[in-house]
Amino acid sequence: MKRTRRWDLGPPGVSRVLRGSVLALLLLSPALAGCSNASNDDAVVVFAAASLTEAFEEIGEELERTDDVAVTFNFGASSDLARSIVDGSPAQVFASADEAMMDLVVDEGVARDPEVFAASDMAIAVAKGNPLGIEDLGDLERISVALCAPEVPCGRYARDVLEAAGVSVDARSLEPDVKAVLARVALGEIDAGIVYGSDVASSDDVSAVSIPDGSNVVARYPIALIGDAPSETALAFYELVVSDAGAEILERHGFERP
Amino acid sequence: MLALVGAAFLALPIATILWRAPWSRLGELLASEELVTTLRLSLFCSLWATALSALVGIPLAWLLARGSFRGKRFLRGLVILPVVLPPVIAGLALITAFGRSGVMGRWLFETFDVSLPFTTAGTILAETFVAMPFLVLAVEGALRSTERGYEDAAATLGAGSWTVFRRVTLPAIAPALLSGALLAWARAIGEFGATITFAGNLPGATRTIPLAAFFALQREPEAAIALSLVLVAVSLGVLIGLRDRWLVRA
Repeated sequence: MKRTRRWDLGPPGVSRVLRGSVLALLLLSPALAGCSNASNDDAVVVFAAASLTEAFEEIGEELERTDDVAVTFNFGASSDLARSIVDGSPAQVFASADEAMMDLVVDEGVARDPEVFAASDMAIAVAKGNPLGIEDLGDLERISVALCAPEVPCGRYARDVLEAAGVSVDARSLEPDVKAVLARVALGEIDAGIVYGSDVASSDDVSAVSIPDGSNVVARYPIALIGDAPSETALAFYELVVSDAGAEILERHGFERP
Repeated sequence: MLALVGAAFLALPIATILWRAPWSRLGELLASEELVTTLRLSLFCSLWATALSALVGIPLAWLLARGSFRGKRFLRGLVILPVVLPPVIAGLALITAFGRSGVMGRWLFETFDVSLPFTTAGTILAETFVAMPFLVLAVEGALRSTERGYEDAAATLGAGSWTVFRRVTLPAIAPALLSGALLAWARAIGEFGATITFAGNLPGATRTIPLAAFFALQREPEAAIALSLVLVAVSLGVLIGLRDRWLVRA
């Protein structure tokens, strides 16, 4: 018995695999289009600073509940996100942990009119219960410390804090984003890290030691829509973040109103 | 037609990175103190990782090729695992084993006050973990295909087992050992995921070329491309070194 093969490109196995993959591609293509098509109306892609993870996930769930839309997040170092947005990543909303990274995107003409929606001071993250009895920045000189890399906003803020306090710290590691610093402390590999106050507020695995106002800095978080024709869903997400309801969620996760 | 698409897909990114490279500033970029430190550290760590891989990898390959014991297939699977394991997961596994609160790490820390994460030794450890399988598999294959008769003859003629290994076995597996070491070295010098996860990122101590390229991309993309060129050159060098094994199919 011989069946006719329409795409006989080689041994039967090859052709079957090929047909399989073509089919898979066809099935996937709506999904792929969803990734790149900024005008897809019931989905939004949000690029946000790693420190916003918990708060934004809750805001995203809120929007998904009320508006029947899909919110996709890419959390990471704002500097990394800003670069990839300028390089053409399909972000529709960008929320940065500092204004410099937002300016970078605005200067490239990719985003307009950013609005500062939240703020956070910096804090020292230590192991749960603070077993080493860390009391202030000066104590960091005698223990192992992880900071964000200087390229990343939280690394720049941490350096400002240490400079203001006149403390010099030999960091053991310069991490790619603030959540990586937190993970080091939570895993017990590092004694302390300088992170956003909101990060320690939202983590069950570490304790916070506050930094006095005199040497602390305040991180300001701007948000902006990407591109000239924002989708309705992107706009809805943006509006929710800057609304009172959004501010309440952010406050629950340790952020302050700007 | 699809073959052409495939070939173009593989060739294009390499061509464009060469095209986008800041050739006129390359010397200046690569000569900066920061990059020289990074290059030296990368070379140091990857060579150590290769040496360690050979030191424990050759006996392991010998055991896999010549030994007959229960669980041999399991052991071989274990050896191959790091090849297919995502490097970040490898790094995480290393933390649970050798991290300060890890199973071995806690003991090392409490007994000898040695902490491997965030040290150059930790970088070498991470690189060795992902690179060693390449050497082991190459050597094991060679050991399997060499004639045991020569070793038996040498032993019959009175040579001790070390002499047999050094004078008979080693020369027979030398080409495979060399190519395995070259592969392991290339894998080690390009290691990113396990290194950043286990050893962190600190200039001069654990920041190797791939890590430096990753962070440079956020600040100075030209420097990142310059660093990438170094690794492209390394890869091409390895390919040329292995051309007899890979490029010629007789």
